[in-house]
Amino acid sequence: MITLPHKRSLLTWLVHLSVLFLVIVWTIPTAGLFVSSIRDKDQLSSSGWWTALSTSEQRIVYRAGIPNPPLLENGEYIIRGNLFDNAEAVVSHFGFTSLKPDVFLAGDEASLSKGRTLTVKDNGDYLITSPEVFQGRGQRIFYTAQIPPRFTLENYQEVLSSEGLGKSFINSLTVTIPSTVIPILMAAFAAYALAWMRFPGRALLMVTVVGLLVVPLQMSLIPLLKAYNLIGETFGVGSKTYIGVWLAHTAFGLPLAIYLLRNYIAGLPREIIESARVDGASDFDIFRKIVLPLSFPALASFSIFQFLWVWNDLLIAMVFLGNNEDQLVLTGRLRELLGSRGGNWEILTASAFVTILVPLCVFFGLQRYLVRGLLSGSVK
Amino acid sequence: MAQLFSALLVMCIGVLGCAAYFYGSNLLLDLCFPAKNRPYDVIAKNLRVCNVIRPWLFVGPAVLALGFYFIFPVLDSIRLSFFDRTGKEFVGFYNYAWLFASAEFFESFKNNMLWLIVVPTLSTFFGLVIATMTDRIWWGNIAKSFIFMPMAISFIGASIIWKFIYDFRNGDDSQIGLLNAVVVFFGGEPVAWITVPFWNSFFLMVILIWIQTGFAMVILSAALRGIPEETLEAAVLDGANGVQIFFRIMVPQIWGTIAVVWTTITILVLKVFDIVLAMTNGQWNTQVLANQMFDWMFRGGGDSGRGAVIAIVIMLLVVPIMVWNIRRTNAEMEGR
Repeated sequence: MITLPHKRSLLTWLVHLSVLFLVIVWTIPTAGLFVSSIRDKDQLSSSGWWTALSTSEQRIVYRAGIPNPPLLENGEYIIRGNLFDNAEAVVSHFGFTSLKPDVFLAGDEASLSKGRTLTVKDNGDYLITSPEVFQGRGQRIFYTAQIPPRFTLENYQEVLSSEGLGKSFINSLTVTIPSTVIPILMAAFAAYALAWMRFPGRALLMVTVVGLLVVPLQMSLIPLLKAYNLIGETFGVGSKTYIGVWLAHTAFGLPLAIYLLRNYIAGLPREIIESARVDGASDFDIFRKIVLPLSFPALASFSIFQFLWVWNDLLIAMVFLGNNEDQLVLTGRLRELLGSRGGNWEILTASAFVTILVPLCVFFGLQRYLVRGLLSGSVK
Repeated sequence: MAQLFSALLVMCIGVLGCAAYFYGSNLLLDLCFPAKNRPYDVIAKNLRVCNVIRPWLFVGPAVLALGFYFIFPVLDSIRLSFFDRTGKEFVGFYNYAWLFASAEFFESFKNNMLWLIVVPTLSTFFGLVIATMTDRIWWGNIAKSFIFMPMAISFIGASIIWKFIYDFRNGDDSQIGLLNAVVVFFGGEPVAWITVPFWNSFFLMVILIWIQTGFAMVILSAALRGIPEETLEAAVLDGANGVQIFFRIMVPQIWGTIAVVWTTITILVLKVFDIVLAMTNGQWNTQVLANQMFDWMFRGGGDSGRGAVIAIVIMLLVVPIMVWNIRRTNAEMEGR
């Protein structure tokens, strides 16, 4: 904003502050996801991620195992152990019923039924004594503990192996890479023909491409699903194949690809192409040796778009790919986890972060091309 | 490891197959109609033939793909909308009658209209404001990069991110969702946000606005830079203040770009599906057309008639934008 000098400093400050505020608002959701994904899962579910660096107070239930053979000491049967896996936590209160989980201070001795006693020290050591042999299920110990912050990659290990995200990652790559390369090839050839070759129906084809730019995917799904089933039956290959999904992504990316690339290729200098023609080069040679290298920026822009779009797609993958281990892509897996592990935030946050990691790298690495592509597609 | 290897193999076959077609077909054409080492009249004839055939080798795959994945399905969807759930028996306007009598449809339609009003408006507004502000400060590009970042995140990933923010815990448990934590901090009662009818749609819209603002910002920022400095200087000399310059000079200058951004986001909104599916799956009155259509595609074995009817409604909503786009392009092509 252009302002008079004496107002400028105040206004500039205001602009700095508002932009800072907006940046924080826009970044916080993703930051929260990331911080949560590397927290200990008990801490994650009991306190907000913004408290990740402070010591958290947690109420936890522990069930003491019964030793076999029974331990006898001074005429009494005992169970001895420690509540914690790691030794840094501090117990403040404890109890033995869920109604009164914190009636005793750490170090106290609590009297249970049948002459039993329970002692819990602040370092987590506990001791249960009984005049008789322990039977049935182990004694429950409720305790309140101050647990220092703990960061871990366990969540990632779990989602990558047991939740099958690692496999889905490869499936996603298998879908994405050909679905990015094939449409570029097809579109580049078509765009060259539309820009520099004469053939009947060229204008009509161009208008069709522009019209198809906005056709909603939903319009195509039902007929294609039916057609895929029919083709699958006829050839006995099943309707859910990688080739099927590549072709679908290819076709759905084509209108934008042709449109972007045609605009770019049509803008190449006429002299270069004409002089190559005069020298006797065929259109295929011109395309391969001149146009393709010159259009690199446009090709890069589109391939980033297409990569992001395919990687992030859920709809096409759900319709044209199966639900099994060999075909479930990351987005589909994420949706499944949302249903089956809806409350397990340690699983969801780590999985979501694995899913968005690749697009984020592509984004920050190749932002320049992405912006250029957006601009050539929209600003006129 | 074995899976990775087979995946690589499959990828190579796919990509190389495509490249082989273009290379092979052109080579074949050159072999059949050689343009070298022949009498001149033969060369001339061959070249003519080549010039007729080659464009179709180039556009052929694209035309086939567009035909099979767009043209055929659009026509077939229209046909299927007059057939029953299996697509075999002609039922006339039954599906259309069902549509206009269905409360479910009107709910999604109403929600879609809300989405159409709110999301493009706010995304464009925030995009414009941020673009204007970031152009004035030295760290503007870094700021832009952060606001642009959600563009790279999938809708379903974004849904998880925001579901975590809207998370709700009963009673005295400490809230781990940011929004409820803020509410509790200021002494309010925690709310299960995504189950509150009417307003919950807005909480879902926030996700799309969060994603799309960056897009609007990038494009509008480029357009703002295209405004000639002289225009702005003249306005300053004439005594215009900042607000006047913004609304009377800058906004009218980039009006065309605003329209493009607006329509692009509008089309995206019409297709929004993943967010609703992941957040509520249409429960608590948040249904939208795209998700309803997906639902009918598979509900009870799938009802292709009803699914097709809903798809056609979405299509009809897009048609005005499509016509506008085509006209704009035609005008441009003639101008060239």
